[in-house]
Amino acid sequence: MGNVSLVDISKRFRLTIDGSEQFVQALDHVSFTVADGEIAMLIGPSGCGKTTALRIAMGLDQATSGQVLVDGREVKGCGHDRGMVFQHAELLPWLSAVDNVKFGLEMKGMRGGELKDTAMRYLDLVGLAGSAQRRPHQLSGGMKQRVGIARALAIDPKVLLMDEPFGALDAQTREAMQAELLDIHARTRKTIVFVTHDLDEAVLLADRVFVMRNGRLQEIIEVPLPRPRGDLGAIRGLSAFAETRYKIWQALHAEAAS
Amino acid sequence: MKMPRWLITTISVVIFLAFWEFFGRDINPIFGSYPTAIIAAFIKLAKSGKIWVALFQSLQPFVIGYLLAIVVGVPIGLVVGRFRVAEAALGIYVTAGYAMPLVALVPLLILWLGLGFAVKVAVVFLMSIFPVCINTWAGVNAVPVSLIEVGKSLVASDATILRRIILPATLPYIMAGIRLAVGRAVVAMIIAEFFTAISGLGGIIIQSANNFDTATMFVPVVILMVLAIGLNSLIVWIERRVAPWQAEIAGRSE
Repeated sequence: MGNVSLVDISKRFRLTIDGSEQFVQALDHVSFTVADGEIAMLIGPSGCGKTTALRIAMGLDQATSGQVLVDGREVKGCGHDRGMVFQHAELLPWLSAVDNVKFGLEMKGMRGGELKDTAMRYLDLVGLAGSAQRRPHQLSGGMKQRVGIARALAIDPKVLLMDEPFGALDAQTREAMQAELLDIHARTRKTIVFVTHDLDEAVLLADRVFVMRNGRLQEIIEVPLPRPRGDLGAIRGLSAFAETRYKIWQALHAEAAS
Repeated sequence: MKMPRWLITTISVVIFLAFWEFFGRDINPIFGSYPTAIIAAFIKLAKSGKIWVALFQSLQPFVIGYLLAIVVGVPIGLVVGRFRVAEAALGIYVTAGYAMPLVALVPLLILWLGLGFAVKVAVVFLMSIFPVCINTWAGVNAVPVSLIEVGKSLVASDATILRRIILPATLPYIMAGIRLAVGRAVVAMIIAEFFTAISGLGGIIIQSANNFDTATMFVPVVILMVLAIGLNSLIVWIERRVAPWQAEIAGRSE
């Protein structure tokens, strides 16, 4: 099992602008549940609260009110039941690829031979077993993000939280990573909550797309594409892809009008 | 073809020494000196063995005070940088201590610790701890929040985050502080020898200055500068060993 829910989450930030205090309502009573094994995409313009929602789900930010549930139980703060993949991978630059993955496992209390074997198994899962000893600056952007995914997956979380993980990659690498993520998902059946601002990415990967606007959940759009999705290039040619993409586009632009 | 770095340095030094030799010979030997005269004075001191005894006397408090400054300064810097309460409570002393006119306080230190070994260690320690502390502190503040969040998201304890994320991320800053401290430690060592029992390299400086033997006075000065350059290179070498990723990331152009 591995479903994750945000229950009536609100978040207010206090900002000081030119000496005057202002409150920003980043999230306004947001509730949703991502089912076990589902891929849910949070999409919306900058400042809509999608990343804040993800960070609250992880426990990196505290909600002003509301609850985060994993498998129906409230969680407070960070836990090994959730794994985070950061926007810029955020590998520790002084550690090799395999040591970065080991770092997460050590925090979980794993030691000895099991530690090394597990780390290598997950590096292999993301196709980097051959680059295990490289340090981050010797890895390309895509490879770094693979290590980031391996690090998050290795601790075997129930839910994988991904914050625009492919946003900084070039178009070709991004497509390869999307296909690879779907492949990993097919093998591990992890629940994934994925933040993006890329319409294509949302449709290609998601079971459901959550469109956010001004700190609110605006609309939930089902993606009627079957799994496994196979060739993502061919998916782009399907009419269901174009229709879903247009629906999301409309939802995003409806907000601009209102 | 690019000139190797060491060659550029060597040419620079040779030109500098040539100018010094050329113009230095015209100066009254009481008011100045020049390289060959200093070398001659060095050979005299070396043959009598005086310089080695002095060097050894100076190095002991220097090494102990300097290492103590690193061992104490780094943890203080880490704690002050990491914890809000420690920063508010202790940061002010670190900042003030860095600017402390230690020379003025040496007589007081002598009253407390006497004229011997301990006071020299104390002066070196007090002069070199603050750059180490301040740099470590600044380094902790410069650690990207995102790296700390990696630790938090993996449920690392505060102590683990400090030791396994903040300390390695701060290492380049710590090493820079340790390098800055070399210069101050050398100055501190000489100050201590001036004020206390006249001994060591500082003793030779004072004695030869009193005898208007300017060439001999320059010998310890030059030795100290060479010592500082050597220590600096050693620290750079250590830095490359303990934080190799830093030089690789910085992509320094040769």
